[in-house]
Amino acid sequence: MDAILLQILNGLDKGSAYALIALGLTLIFGTLGVVNFAHGALFMIGAFCAVTLQRILNLSFESVDESQTDFLGNPLKVKTPYVEAWFGPEAGAVIIDWSVPLAVLFAIPIMLFVGYAMERGLIKFFYKRPHADQILVTFGLAIVLQEVIKYFFGANPIQTPPPEALRGSLDLGVMVGFDPNAIIYPIWRLVYFVFATVIIGGVFAFLQFTTFGMVVRAGMADRETVGLLGINIDRRFTIMFGIAAAVAGLAGVMYGPLNPPNYHMGMDFLVLSFVVVVVGGMGSLPGAVLAGFLLGILESFASTTWATTTIPGINQIIIYLVAIIILLTRPRGLMGRKGVMED
Amino acid sequence: MLGLDKKDTTLLIIVALLTLLAPFLLNPFPSDSAMAQFNAGYPDLMQRFVIFGIFAVGFNILFGLTGYLSFGHAAFLGIGSYSAVWMFKLFSYNVIPAIALSVIMAGLFSLLIGFISLRRSGIYFSILTLAFAQMSFALAYSVLSNPKFNLTNGETGLQVYADDPQMFHRDGLPDLPHLFGLSMRSTYTLDMGAWSFDFNAGYYLCAVIMMIVFYLAIRIFRSPFGMMLRAVKSNQQRMNYTGLNSRPYTLAAFVISGMYAGLAGGLMAAMDPLAGAERMQWTASGEVVLMTILGGTGTLIGPVLGAGFIKYFENIFSKINDSVLHGWFAFLPDGMEDFVVAVLHPFVGKGWHLTLGILFMLVVIFLPGGLVEGGTRLRNWFRGKRSGADDKPSGKTEPAE
Repeated sequence: MDAILLQILNGLDKGSAYALIALGLTLIFGTLGVVNFAHGALFMIGAFCAVTLQRILNLSFESVDESQTDFLGNPLKVKTPYVEAWFGPEAGAVIIDWSVPLAVLFAIPIMLFVGYAMERGLIKFFYKRPHADQILVTFGLAIVLQEVIKYFFGANPIQTPPPEALRGSLDLGVMVGFDPNAIIYPIWRLVYFVFATVIIGGVFAFLQFTTFGMVVRAGMADRETVGLLGINIDRRFTIMFGIAAAVAGLAGVMYGPLNPPNYHMGMDFLVLSFVVVVVGGMGSLPGAVLAGFLLGILESFASTTWATTTIPGINQIIIYLVAIIILLTRPRGLMGRKGVMED
Repeated sequence: MLGLDKKDTTLLIIVALLTLLAPFLLNPFPSDSAMAQFNAGYPDLMQRFVIFGIFAVGFNILFGLTGYLSFGHAAFLGIGSYSAVWMFKLFSYNVIPAIALSVIMAGLFSLLIGFISLRRSGIYFSILTLAFAQMSFALAYSVLSNPKFNLTNGETGLQVYADDPQMFHRDGLPDLPHLFGLSMRSTYTLDMGAWSFDFNAGYYLCAVIMMIVFYLAIRIFRSPFGMMLRAVKSNQQRMNYTGLNSRPYTLAAFVISGMYAGLAGGLMAAMDPLAGAERMQWTASGEVVLMTILGGTGTLIGPVLGAGFIKYFENIFSKINDSVLHGWFAFLPDGMEDFVVAVLHPFVGKGWHLTLGILFMLVVIFLPGGLVEGGTRLRNWFRGKRSGADDKPSGKTEPAE
């Protein structure tokens, strides 16, 4: 029982990342009808927003401290980050420590802008072109974004540690009545899951309970009619693209502490996210979220020693296998509707 | 000639001349001059031109004719390579059985994958092929290389070891891939004054095979079968309503293009007896898509041009470093020179992929027909300048309703 619970929990963090990326992909697909192969790159850019903020906060100046000496007997040069100089050493240290959560705030405007610029600058011209062209141009864009990041940050993974308070693990098992040490779970994974739930809930609430969201949903159902009613649906869809980019970016920001960001992390996630979208059903938002968590958990179950000794390597291929089986038995995916992408 | 009309015969002859004379054509600069770094006439690169040309021609039979965008063709390339190396390991270094097996294996796998993937079309098809290719990559990279059952040798890559059986290997034969004793690495170098030209046995094997498969591709393009495939691309629904089942046609196209990929993989292993899983990764599938689009989808010569273009510039651009750039712009004033070099720096050397990405986007945005369409436009433009713009050919064909 506790082992099963542990595997479910282990699948949640990857599942959250899949769900967030797939949610963004589906938003873009459902509103604009564009297949965005550059979505993984947006996830990656988000992660590098955290890296950038961390570097900005660590910008420091050197001063000579007369009271201390280094090993040669000269006065010691001390590096002080500007933040510590401005806010006092303790508050400054806390700010630097919390750079990843702070990067969430930092990343939102950047990702909104990136998404907006991408839609207005490139995707806009591809609505009338075939899906193959959309795939290809966004694939090209993904390569370009990836190489730009590589140029500035190098090819090696960069550590973005979580804040001191959120490092380490919790003994979740004790809380629900299992033996001690039965379920040890890293705190940051829990944080990531809660964060993902909040974001997903936020996006759904935004679409469900605001006028803007209502118009967007109407536009997803029948774009032409909404346009005929005198609503500028294109502008709203552009904003939705920005929001989708922000969702992917935030998923990336918070994922940094779990897996140090490198320039090709987006590509690694992209293929799986597409599989998730297809399994969930193209154009279905709840489907994307459901499939994201399901596949994440499934992957975690397949990684147990029992599974890998029974069928070696099952953890590497389980997602693809499931996707192939689902597409063949339920061609529209778990929650896909009729008439989406069927031509 | 050979059942082709005059235009296609000319095309085939041009391709044949280009491939056979490549050692001369690709080495236009004397070997000790400063321009020698732009020479591409060395065996390794020429082999890659031709092998990727075969790969792209095959991919074009599927994507160019039927419009089904497969993102998983690199898997068949990898399967071809692995089969060829296994032939080397078990039987002998002769390339003919190796290449034959790689084509057959790739054909079988593409039959299986195509049978499943082609149940869906459009974006679903792309993602299904992508999933299959990633699955094959994962299988080759880790799953099939455990000590009990080592089929792919994982990260190291599959290669021939001294203790392999090699049942038909005799002492007189070279210890490298060979064609009935003629080593694939044997190269005859012809020195003519300042120039030197390399004639490599492996390259000529690839070149001859490419001419054969290029001829086959022309025949497929011009055959009733090819017309059927085009019909699938332009209006599959109507085709179904007229009572035709299009699935066998698309499946045949998928298998043919998979076999082309397997052939390319087999040749790759024949030139260098090593097969690694990274050949199957999905970015490798993306590369062949790039080649086909860049050259011109649905045209005969386009994919070959695209493959040559990408491989040439990959090689040349990645060799250029800052000192080369400084050498080029030495005529500028100093500050200006540093500035130009700094601007160009991200695009050359290791940054070649950035250039490729930008180039690819530009082609998809502005020139969906690729290099071939670019050439046609240029020609029309020149012709239009000379004789007035009244005889513009209408390149678009509208389906009759």
